[in-house]
Amino acid sequence: MSLLSFTPNPLAWAVSIALAWGAVGLAGLAAPRNVGYVGRVLFPIGAVLAVGLAVVALSALGGAPQSVVLPIGLPQLPFHLRIDALSAFFLLLIGAVGAGISIYAAGYFRPGEGTPAGLQCLLYHVFLASMALVVMADDGYSFMVAWETMALSSFFLVTSDHRHAEVRRAGYLYLLVAHVGAIAILLAFGILQNGTGDYAFANMRAQHHGGAWAAAAFFLALFGFGAKAGLLPLHIWLPEAHPAAPSPVSAMMSGVMLKTAVYGFLRVAFDLLHATVWWWGVVVLAFGLSTALYGVIFSAVQSDMKRLLAYSSIENIGILFVGIGLAIVFHGFDMKVLAALAMTAALYHCLSHASFKSLLFLCTGAVLHATHERSLGKLGGLIHRMPWVAWLALIGVIASAGLPPLNGFVSEWLLLQSFLFTPQLPHGYIHMFMPLAAAGVVLTAALAGYVMVKFFGVIFLGQPREEKLDEARDAGTLERIGLVWLASLCVTLGLFPVQVIGMIDSATTLLVGRGLGKALDTRAWWLLAPISADRASYSPALFLIVIAIALALGFLGVRAFYHHRTRQGPPWGCGFPLLNPRMQDTAEGFGQPIREIFQPFFRMRRELPSPFDAQPRYRVTVEDHLWYWLYLPIAKAAEFGTRLVTPLQQGRIGIYLLYSFCTLLLLLMFVR
Amino acid sequence: MSALSALPLSGQIINLLAAVLLLISFAMLVQRRILSLIDLFAAQGAVLCLSTVLVAVTTGQRHLYFSAAITLVLKVVLLPWILHRLIRRLNVKWDVEGLINIPTTMLVGIVVVVVAFNLALPISQLAGTLTRPTLGIALATVLLAFLMMITRSKAVPQVIGFLSMENGLFFAATSATYGMPMVVEMGIALDVLIGMIIFGVFFFQIRTQFDSLDISHLEQLKEK
Repeated sequence: MSLLSFTPNPLAWAVSIALAWGAVGLAGLAAPRNVGYVGRVLFPIGAVLAVGLAVVALSALGGAPQSVVLPIGLPQLPFHLRIDALSAFFLLLIGAVGAGISIYAAGYFRPGEGTPAGLQCLLYHVFLASMALVVMADDGYSFMVAWETMALSSFFLVTSDHRHAEVRRAGYLYLLVAHVGAIAILLAFGILQNGTGDYAFANMRAQHHGGAWAAAAFFLALFGFGAKAGLLPLHIWLPEAHPAAPSPVSAMMSGVMLKTAVYGFLRVAFDLLHATVWWWGVVVLAFGLSTALYGVIFSAVQSDMKRLLAYSSIENIGILFVGIGLAIVFHGFDMKVLAALAMTAALYHCLSHASFKSLLFLCTGAVLHATHERSLGKLGGLIHRMPWVAWLALIGVIASAGLPPLNGFVSEWLLLQSFLFTPQLPHGYIHMFMPLAAAGVVLTAALAGYVMVKFFGVIFLGQPREEKLDEARDAGTLERIGLVWLASLCVTLGLFPVQVIGMIDSATTLLVGRGLGKALDTRAWWLLAPISADRASYSPALFLIVIAIALALGFLGVRAFYHHRTRQGPPWGCGFPLLNPRMQDTAEGFGQPIREIFQPFFRMRRELPSPFDAQPRYRVTVEDHLWYWLYLPIAKAAEFGTRLVTPLQQGRIGIYLLYSFCTLLLLLMFVR
Repeated sequence: MSALSALPLSGQIINLLAAVLLLISFAMLVQRRILSLIDLFAAQGAVLCLSTVLVAVTTGQRHLYFSAAITLVLKVVLLPWILHRLIRRLNVKWDVEGLINIPTTMLVGIVVVVVAFNLALPISQLAGTLTRPTLGIALATVLLAFLMMITRSKAVPQVIGFLSMENGLFFAATSATYGMPMVVEMGIALDVLIGMIIFGVFFFQIRTQFDSLDISHLEQLKEK
């Protein structure tokens, strides 16, 4: 199959788009400091390419798998690339979400901020291209090359503001966790090739592994991809790296890059390992659930808007892994339709999270540019100054809170539907514990709603908490286009779930051997009833109509009955005649109940002012226990080990020469 | 004994020269006067050159003449001359006694020679060359030069040790396989010359930094 033939070949197109991204990035080096050229020319081209990738992926979703062997790479180790339904699904995600972020980024970069725009452009497009190559790779070698390119380019993007020490620290932590994870993935591939020495995925797929080895490969993959996705004990880099990066990069990392980790895990667990052991699923589910709860609880107490969203990403990844775990459990008991339902929920949530989380991150970017403020305590009332950003953020917030009729609701509803079938599982303990897990998911969803109320309410509603907020400006045209693109993705995914599930059904089929397609086709186009209409169904259009009618009636009712009877006068001061915006509820105050209820989860330090303080200050810091219980001991152990080795460094050349002398002698004796 | 007497005359002379080479190595190991050290180094080069010529004459390997010529120019004339100039300009004549005293160094050297012979035994049995018995000596020369670098505390003797190590390697090459390919040899010769120049620059840097060429000052560079 030649790449140069002009047949409608999705793989060739996808590879060409990845290469074109690389070329766009390199073009950025021509005039790295010319923001107009980079922003108005190169990033829009990148966005058009992303739309092209989405179209190509859509055409590949229904088609047969295609593969190609590229003669690049090491001798005897060419790159194998392949597009099947799963790759196409994730390419669609990368293209659709990447387009919105690219067009936003076109308007985002300003002169004199951190790294020159041209360099950012190069790294950004290399990042995009490497993500596309990750999902197209068809052997361990090219996968790792693309994977590491992705990690490195995103590392440099995270540290683009490297003059701040905390940004460098965040970048270092990210790189460290990424590499530990990459080692685990490499080891997993090592087990999967089963001693044949052939790292092509086709070969791995054909191998049959013994129980213990298969489990080892599975858990190594869970560890490795979990590190990238931000699964519980390895989530630590995420709340550091996301706030450190420029907002389009945060959006790209949270919305798209985390999904490549999910892709990798699905590829290894289902496609290469044919996950058929049910208890693996229980482990994945447990990790996913604890990640989700942990993420959402921490998200509720944050007072930095990007950290809040980063923890919310951890929560969503947890929910995704709950879905995957449930699919593995069903798959292990050979309940194909239910496995397909849980898998559909997980894949749908991939799309949902990618669209709404990147939308929200881009909104924080707009707020950050307008106000230079990340702390929730200093924002407020921005809906008057930045109506575009505020209303579009509202769409993202509703989607993220899992409210109908938007996309977050669809995926969470599907997931809970699949939980309702767990009593059919033929295993005593499991079907008793599953309702608890379902309750955990519901608690997470409810708290996510709480978090989103906090996010939106504190930033956009109420009164401005600082004087300078009056000068805030709304997002520019290009930024608006990007935001509208992502918001319309949220709305589309929310209103047309039946059509979307029909499209992604081939990916589900590839993973669990069956899709939901047949069950869906017989229903009306507007009614989503995954298993049977008698059990449960959901119609987003109906919901939208009901909501619209209720709103209209309420609005008209208020107008008709109260409108002319309101009287404006000085408010009752309640003993405080001098109300000012600082007296509004704050982010800390809003999160306080959560902080009290879930106290054991946090490591809190509070400084309370004494009643006689002339200048009272209240300060509270909330930290992660895991950092102290898990990471610091590891760091100390590493330092201790280094100290043991330090005496080797004497500083005397004679001693160093002695080392090599002894090594030489030993080697000579050993080799003879 | 019978094996030795069965050797042709040229082989016996090569063995003799190898023995001289080893002797010079020992002399370099214990010599504290830097000027004499340089002379010994030149003498080692001369012996090396002579033995290479002899091997070339006996076996008719023509490229060995070039090797010998390079050795003569580089190691007998050029490098000693550079070193002499350096010593004069840096004004260092004596090396101080190192950590290990001279008799101990000699004893360690003897152990090293025994080990080297033992190590070279299986290799020299494989090699089918005229000069194979000398492989052990070549290896011993390398290791002795290494030992010299370890025990000295001034920078110049260490460099001489480094150069002498190269002599040993060269001798090993001629005795095991009648010399390395010409390209490799030219490359090594160039490396040695450039290395010498870099060392020279470093000497001056070290001296301006620490007012002495004693490398124990470099211990300050260690991470605390």
